[in-house]
Amino acid sequence: MKFPIYLDYSATTPVDPRVAEKMIPYLTEHFGNPASRSHLFGWKTEEAVEEARAQVASLVNCDAKDIVWTSGATESINLALKGAAEFYKTKGKHLITVKTEHKATLDTCRELERRGFEVTYLDVEPDGLLDLGKLEAAFRPDTILVSVMLVNNEIGVIQDVAAIGAACRKRGALFHVDAAQATGKCPIDLQALKVDLMSFSAHKTYGPKGIGALYVRRKPRVRLEAQIHGGGHERGFRSGTLATHQIVGMGEAFRLAKAEMATDNERIRALRDRLLAGMQGIEEVFINGSLVHRVPHNLNISFNFVEGESLIMAVKDIAVSSGSACTSASLEPSYVLRALGRSDELAHSSIRFTLGRFTTSEEVDYTIQHLEAKVQKLREMSPLWEMHKEGIDLASVQWAAH
Amino acid sequence: MAYSNKVIDHYENPRNVGSFDKADQSVGTGMVGAPACGDVMKLQIRVNSQGIIEDARFKTYGCGSAIASSSLVTEWVKGKTLEHAGTIRNTQIAEELSLPPVKIHCSILAEDAIKAAIADYRKRHGVEAPAPVQEKKAATG
Repeated sequence: MKFPIYLDYSATTPVDPRVAEKMIPYLTEHFGNPASRSHLFGWKTEEAVEEARAQVASLVNCDAKDIVWTSGATESINLALKGAAEFYKTKGKHLITVKTEHKATLDTCRELERRGFEVTYLDVEPDGLLDLGKLEAAFRPDTILVSVMLVNNEIGVIQDVAAIGAACRKRGALFHVDAAQATGKCPIDLQALKVDLMSFSAHKTYGPKGIGALYVRRKPRVRLEAQIHGGGHERGFRSGTLATHQIVGMGEAFRLAKAEMATDNERIRALRDRLLAGMQGIEEVFINGSLVHRVPHNLNISFNFVEGESLIMAVKDIAVSSGSACTSASLEPSYVLRALGRSDELAHSSIRFTLGRFTTSEEVDYTIQHLEAKVQKLREMSPLWEMHKEGIDLASVQWAAH
Repeated sequence: MAYSNKVIDHYENPRNVGSFDKADQSVGTGMVGAPACGDVMKLQIRVNSQGIIEDARFKTYGCGSAIASSSLVTEWVKGKTLEHAGTIRNTQIAEELSLPPVKIHCSILAEDAIKAAIADYRKRHGVEAPAPVQEKKAATG
């Protein structure tokens, strides 16, 4: 076993060696600008870019012409939300999203509010899922766009985007889906889904960092105001010379995801369930988010009476996070767990384990043993655990907040 | 977050973890902080007839810096009179452990825990606290 053990695949994944191998010739040998129409160098790379576009489209069952390259999911989300809001602002100025979305969505919505748009942030149920009735009730005549993530980055729950998309279509609102955490984890069929815009990232699916894509539906046609101007690449949606090697990497990563998703997910699900069973042997643990509507590689657990940061420090042989990578430097408890209605204590006590293609059963077994021992050690040190064992209800204690 | 070696040492080998019997007349108990804030410290002192702290124990729910701060103060209070122990300041704790600015509150909590334990002991013995030591209170970041 190699230490530390990597169980943070939702933060990022290693590039699959097969992907890296496919990328290398496009750095040195096939270096042409895909926009060069006048010679073989450009023709060669344009061909590679279009092959990758078809590979990405194939994983999510859409037309390759619907795929626009970007620098990653954050840029895709910015283009989708700002681009649609600015284009359709004469039709309405109201958007709907969810409190547990990634910061890329929430912060973009805050910017749109500064520009005069109005945004409704919906609550989720205690299992992390959106209640369709609450969405229906939030629609206004001037609602132009709804944005919901397919798979949550912290708790891994899968939203019912088929039903949400149908509701949006009925109301005449566009529907954007952040699918950064979903590709290769759950099937996506854009022919069947009523989704107008969908954001993708390569590095969460064993591709390179710095490349992503936005699906922009053409039938019925979705219009966007470009956010980056220049040479008019990507049908004018996103100017800038295409990063051929990155694009080739994303295409190969998505091709592998499609080919291996079924077997990969079964194997990872078995490992996750093994980890779950091991953790459930520890007293006072709470699983955050629905276990039914959830991707197979995610386990988010709160260890009651143990503080999350000290636990992460204790398990330094295991690379995990207490929330999303973007917020793990802050002292605030996870806003996603708070949105589930978890108490501050439980939100402070959470760890996210995310497994992946290269996780082994030995690593999982080591993690269980290690966690059990460290949780026990920290609880022996915890005055809250002592009080709990003495039968004191912590909620009845008058704490001096500081 | 990068911790200093002293924090890591106290965190990995905490000194004086445990509890004394709260009902024991020679024991003073201080409990400070709140679970919702992510830190709770319990500090106990055992005081002899000469008013000297003979032994100390702690239990802490909190981050590595909070655990290290409480572990350190159990070492510092031992052998001190109540008056002397009461002069330990958070700035000394933060300096000894090289705490980063976002962790200064851990040292403040440790100082509060000592004061609470001393106050508890005095209250139980009906002893009035002597006039406060004339020293400017350290800044509480």
